[in-house]
Amino acid sequence: MKNTSSLWKFFSSVKLALFTLAFLAITSILGTVIPQKEPIEFYVNTYGPQTAAFFQVLDIPDMYSSWWFLGFLGILTANLVICSIDRFPSVWRQMTADYLDLPIERIYKNQLSATIESKKTLPETIQNLQQMLKDRGWKTVSRPRNDKMLLFSQKMPWSRSGVYLVHLSILVIFAGAGYGQLTGFKGSIMLPELQSSTVVYPFRGGQPIDLGFEIRCERFDIEFYPNTMPKEYRSKLTILENDTVVLQKDIVVNDPLKYRGITFYQSSYQGFRDFIFTIADQTGESTLFTGDFQKELTWAEKNIQFGIINLETVRDRVDRIKIWFNDGKGPPAEFWMDAAEEVQIHRPNMTYLFSAKQRYATGLQVAKDPGVWIVYLGCSLMLAGLYIAFFLSHRRIWVIVYHEDTTTIIDMKGTANKNKTAFAAQFEKLSGTLAKHM
Amino acid sequence: MDSSTLLGITTFTYLFSTILYAVFFLFKLNQLGKIATWFTLIALIIQTVGIGLRWYESYQLGIGRAPLTNMYESVVFFAWTIVALYLVLEWKYRIKVIGAFTLPLAFLAMAYASLSPEINRSITPLVPALQSNWLIVHVVTCFIGYAAFTVAAALGVMYLLKKRKIAKELDSTRGFLNSLPSLQILDSITHKMMIFGFIWLTAGIVTGAVWANSAWGTYWSWDPKETWSLITWFVYAITLHARFTRGWGGTRIAWLAIVGFAAVLFTYYGVNFLLSGLHSYGSS
Ligand code: HEM
Repeated sequence: MKNTSSLWKFFSSVKLALFTLAFLAITSILGTVIPQKEPIEFYVNTYGPQTAAFFQVLDIPDMYSSWWFLGFLGILTANLVICSIDRFPSVWRQMTADYLDLPIERIYKNQLSATIESKKTLPETIQNLQQMLKDRGWKTVSRPRNDKMLLFSQKMPWSRSGVYLVHLSILVIFAGAGYGQLTGFKGSIMLPELQSSTVVYPFRGGQPIDLGFEIRCERFDIEFYPNTMPKEYRSKLTILENDTVVLQKDIVVNDPLKYRGITFYQSSYQGFRDFIFTIADQTGESTLFTGDFQKELTWAEKNIQFGIINLETVRDRVDRIKIWFNDGKGPPAEFWMDAAEEVQIHRPNMTYLFSAKQRYATGLQVAKDPGVWIVYLGCSLMLAGLYIAFFLSHRRIWVIVYHEDTTTIIDMKGTANKNKTAFAAQFEKLSGTLAKHM
Repeated sequence: MDSSTLLGITTFTYLFSTILYAVFFLFKLNQLGKIATWFTLIALIIQTVGIGLRWYESYQLGIGRAPLTNMYESVVFFAWTIVALYLVLEWKYRIKVIGAFTLPLAFLAMAYASLSPEINRSITPLVPALQSNWLIVHVVTCFIGYAAFTVAAALGVMYLLKKRKIAKELDSTRGFLNSLPSLQILDSITHKMMIFGFIWLTAGIVTGAVWANSAWGTYWSWDPKETWSLITWFVYAITLHARFTRGWGGTRIAWLAIVGFAAVLFTYYGVNFLLSGLHSYGSS
């Protein structure tokens, strides 16, 4: 039963689809020309107060989640659903039809055609044909019709559903995106080394989001190429639940840390003017300090004073530092060292291992998106559907066998719903082979 | 011999291929057709070796990365894909005049890559965000799509030229445009190229999304490059639907092939140089 109300007709028409797609394509240009998600003042300053007010009404500063843009995506969705409901039943019939039941005249109308004569008897010919077709991948079904015998074989009737798979995949992607929006979040956090946090800050503003566990940054390192371009940002992260370590991982860009559905991505960093010092003496005793530039620190048990008295920087990265070090034995040591290095300090009584690493904060993007797998599923369905829709075809062959005088006549008919030239060649080859063996 | 020399040579060999195909087309010198094909094949091999060598050189520099990661390398790969695709097409359909319309585009791409002052041709290391295998898959899939759309647009131009000649009712056995394939064949190959391109562009957008998600935790952020690739995708989706369900064909599809190509160019080139966005990689 076909529903033919005018609303239904409107939403099942391909014209609407063409219009909606064109509308989305053209309006999408706006958001690539007008910077998105800037503060209001930006639009006022750039475009003037009137235009800015107009933008505000139409949500232009965040147009891809504006009411009208989402509205048109909604229309596209409705269009897809209704169009598919409208058409799929007839495609289903084509996929499942009993093609032996067609009127003979219809079968004879098919484009591809070949006629073969055989000297063998009717039953023998039929059996031969069935076997030979089967050997070539065309498994047949048969049914007598009057004094004739009808054989039929088909390949990939299901390929007709490829287009519907593509359309379905779009709905799946939308569903995944929507589900992710509703149940997930996107946020970020700037986490200084040796500090931890149980919350992150959402991009869209508002209350911090509670993670339900604790994340700590143990260490952050940047590596550079000889030409000073950054080569790698690496953060050593620890996850703690109730103060117990449950997971530790070094993350770099493109290799995030996942825990309980929440993913932490390396995204930026910030360099501070304080340092993490480690000192070890020959007895194997060592200790860790944090302290500021130009501030004297003390390792009380060992009666050692030290500090950084000068430094050289490249932007906010400290490259070299000048150390002052005194253990009370002889005059204090003063020397330059690379900030990332570990050095030995030779003193009259003792040699120390010393390092002073600039303290960084690692910038993490934090995302929870349970919908992403649905989106990926949709993408896979789309690619599979496109492949089926474009490259696979429903191919059908009928063979009508009957007696005429003393010869057996074999009429072959064939058709494909797509890629017809390729199938014509295949059909010709097949009928040629059959003719040779009859 | 280093990769820059080989790729420089490629620019000139594609220019020469263009001339061979053009002379073949304009003067109907059939013997020249074969020479043009072989010459182009050799040029493609030289370019392949050039690209391979650049890959090797990056390892010698201690950088070690596929030669597909900046504007220069992507334009070179674009030219490579156009020529490779064209040769497959010629082999399949045995129509050489298409070469007179596609080889110039490959030549222009190479000339732009080799000569433009906007483009940095040195082998630079990769910033952290680009150190991903998804990048390679993403670039390769996108550019196969772009190349198919480029060939489709060239076919669209051929269609319009042929159509105009027929409309003017010029003496149909004379004039160089006469050697263009029939309208029906041009229309059908244009359509095939757009289908082929559409699948690869889809794969390109999908792999780009997967990459973005693995690097930033967001598979789609509506940055200008992403948005323009989607706009391009819409243009071809519209074209395929108009043809399949509304029976559009011929002139309208030829124009849409050209409009689609304009969108491809903007996505690829315009966004990098005229708009700003996340895809910083193309701009260096
Ligand atoms: C971005 C969204 C869409 C994509 C990617 C898409 C993709 C496709 C593809 C690849 C085909 C096959 C075309 C061919 O074989 O040449 C197709 C066919 C079709 N599409 Fe879409 N489509 C989209 C949206 C829509 C919408 C919204 C409608 C709603 C009416 C629609 C209706 C159809 C119809 C009726 C066909 C022909 C099916 C047939 O008779 O076999 N499409 N689509």
